[in-house]
Amino acid sequence: MKIVDKFEIAPNVHACKVSATDIAKKVRPGQFIIVIPDEYSERTPITVADWNTGEGTITFIFLDIGSSTNILAQMNPGDEIYSLTGPLGKSFEIETYGNVCLVGGCYGIGGIYPAARALREKGNRVVCYSEARSKYLLYWNEKLEEVSDEVRFATADGSLGFKGHAYDLLEKDLGSGIKYDLVIAVGCTFMMYRIAALTKPHGMKTIVTMNPIMIDGTGMCGACRLEVGGTTKFACVDGPHFDGHEVDWDVILARRKAYLEEEIISGERHDYGKS
Amino acid sequence: MREQPARERIRNYDEVPLGYSPEEAILEAQRCLMCKKPRCIEGCPVEIDIPGFIQFIAEDNFRDGINRLKEKNILPAICGRVCPQEEQCEIKCIVGVKNEPVAIGRLERFLADWEASQGDPELPPKPAPTGKKIVIVGAGPAGITAAADLVRLGHRVDMFEALHEPGGVLVYGIPEFRLPKSIVFKEINYLKQLGVKLYTDHVIGMIKSIDELLEEYDAVFLGTGAGLPWFLEVPGENLNGVYSANEYLTRANLMKAYLFPKYKTPIIKGKRVATVGGGNVAMDCARTALRLGAEESIIIYRRSREEMPARDEEIHHAEQEGVIFRLLSNPAAFHGGSNNWLKEVECVSMKLGEPDDSGRRRPVPIPDANFRVPIDVAIIAIGNSPNPLIPSTTPDIESGRWGNIVTDPETGKTSKEGVFAGGDVATGAATVILAMGAGKIAARGIHDYVMNQK
Repeated sequence: MKIVDKFEIAPNVHACKVSATDIAKKVRPGQFIIVIPDEYSERTPITVADWNTGEGTITFIFLDIGSSTNILAQMNPGDEIYSLTGPLGKSFEIETYGNVCLVGGCYGIGGIYPAARALREKGNRVVCYSEARSKYLLYWNEKLEEVSDEVRFATADGSLGFKGHAYDLLEKDLGSGIKYDLVIAVGCTFMMYRIAALTKPHGMKTIVTMNPIMIDGTGMCGACRLEVGGTTKFACVDGPHFDGHEVDWDVILARRKAYLEEEIISGERHDYGKS
Repeated sequence: MREQPARERIRNYDEVPLGYSPEEAILEAQRCLMCKKPRCIEGCPVEIDIPGFIQFIAEDNFRDGINRLKEKNILPAICGRVCPQEEQCEIKCIVGVKNEPVAIGRLERFLADWEASQGDPELPPKPAPTGKKIVIVGAGPAGITAAADLVRLGHRVDMFEALHEPGGVLVYGIPEFRLPKSIVFKEINYLKQLGVKLYTDHVIGMIKSIDELLEEYDAVFLGTGAGLPWFLEVPGENLNGVYSANEYLTRANLMKAYLFPKYKTPIIKGKRVATVGGGNVAMDCARTALRLGAEESIIIYRRSREEMPARDEEIHHAEQEGVIFRLLSNPAAFHGGSNNWLKEVECVSMKLGEPDDSGRRRPVPIPDANFRVPIDVAIIAIGNSPNPLIPSTTPDIESGRWGNIVTDPETGKTSKEGVFAGGDVATGAATVILAMGAGKIAARGIHDYVMNQK
């Protein structure tokens, strides 16, 4: 698959547009792809953030965070990605719910974008919560505004919008009597955990997009297993979207850390393009 | 057959048996009685003319030998290595009544390796095109076999594979030291030379539905293989350090984690590794663990050695390499230490009771005889269900109790018009050769079906 366009849209955050006609025709909000940047890289699952069926392209947002994503970050328009497979996983259920809250952080800001677009087209009132440490780490602000009724920004340093995290802002909003018929959270595990913990006492349906370690992504290897509602589920084929109030967060938080030592070795031995 | 010595081979990923020399092969071939009614062929799921190809070896005519073999079997280099010949063709060999049966599998492997050493293989004459288009879903043993038979009948064959490499279990599952990947890719290359078009990175059910395929093609063959692994469903199975066999082998083989960090997919290289299960996959895992540097590799199996489903050769190789067998033991729980990491497995001691439905004696727990073994990696190798993607995205295809696609055993036909299936997705986890046999049956079924279409 050929890279058509690629930007570093915030420090260490890249938007990559690739030519993928068949995927662009099929992909639905919330589905993901698996990317292998070069022959030596890992199979890396990444949420699809946007697509253009006419143009035959898809766009995904990724963080330059490990040696495989660093290789992807070093690639340029015109380069061929070694392997790209998708769409994978289930999509969000796009129904008419009423008042919908979408929380995005990190790569999840891109992740909620197509969901916001589809949910609004379906007649929902869509409020997006976009969060980052600081204003300069936010991206796609205008794009989000185009497809939402309201975008609420939260920055840890207060440089844009609310000072604090998205869950702090949501907590304040819920406290002031705002009611949502559906909450969706996409981003880092801890943020999703906090959002789910916050909405639970309010009895608000909350969908989280789980991001466990994954390999084949097609229902074969079992690496991405989670505990949801007391049973084992596989994020690649049963998910990646689950009821946030049913997820066993301790299991997912621990399992995501299984390869910390190996990540350090891989990072030390990786050529970051400096040589 | 000569082998790499156990002490050396557990330090490398190279193949264990070294293969026959031409002289050894001719001597072995000359032991064949060339029976008028060869019983060995009855035992072969793909009906190879066994005495036929062996006769050519005995006459030092390897070229005609390989061509005879390939009339029925497109993957001789693979089958010669991984087929359970001892319970298929060799068990029926008359020589075997009083002596060792003729080593059919080793001779098969010899011819395939000989051909590979001679440069490009000879291609069979091109058949007249039928004008029919057939699509194969899954480039594993079932799909490859069906594709080969169909392309040689003159059909146009396209093959879709979900992963980034073709080969299915031959590539993600069976380790390099048992089946070198270069051999698999050579066989797949032969398939391409015959005219099969291969598309990797295509997950059918997601990027295209079966109905969309039926608009483009005259028939569909589903050989999507293994699905989600089974777990023991005991406490602690989600601790870090507990793998399914599929995950462990996929990391090690397909993703080449044994070459980490050159290849970037990591694998936890435990010091004390326990594999749960008694099949070939369990042996592959236990032997892989040794090669990754385990000081102790243990097999935990709930019945006795006699009931182990693994091939004798695999058990023997594992024993030679120092794998420890804790038989009549069954994990009751995995216990973790700090940060959710695996520390110990707690096992129940078992004894054998009355035979169950499978005819094997049922393991019964002995009360108050639990014991604990300190381990840092556990691999659950107790089987898997068929791949769920096609049944879940194709509601009008009938599937069975275990999520398997229901097929007619004579033709491979499914409940959906124009759709055929075979291999693990239809039968549940089985062997490479049974999947190939199913591919062959379905190829015949598909050929009849498309040629009788209007």
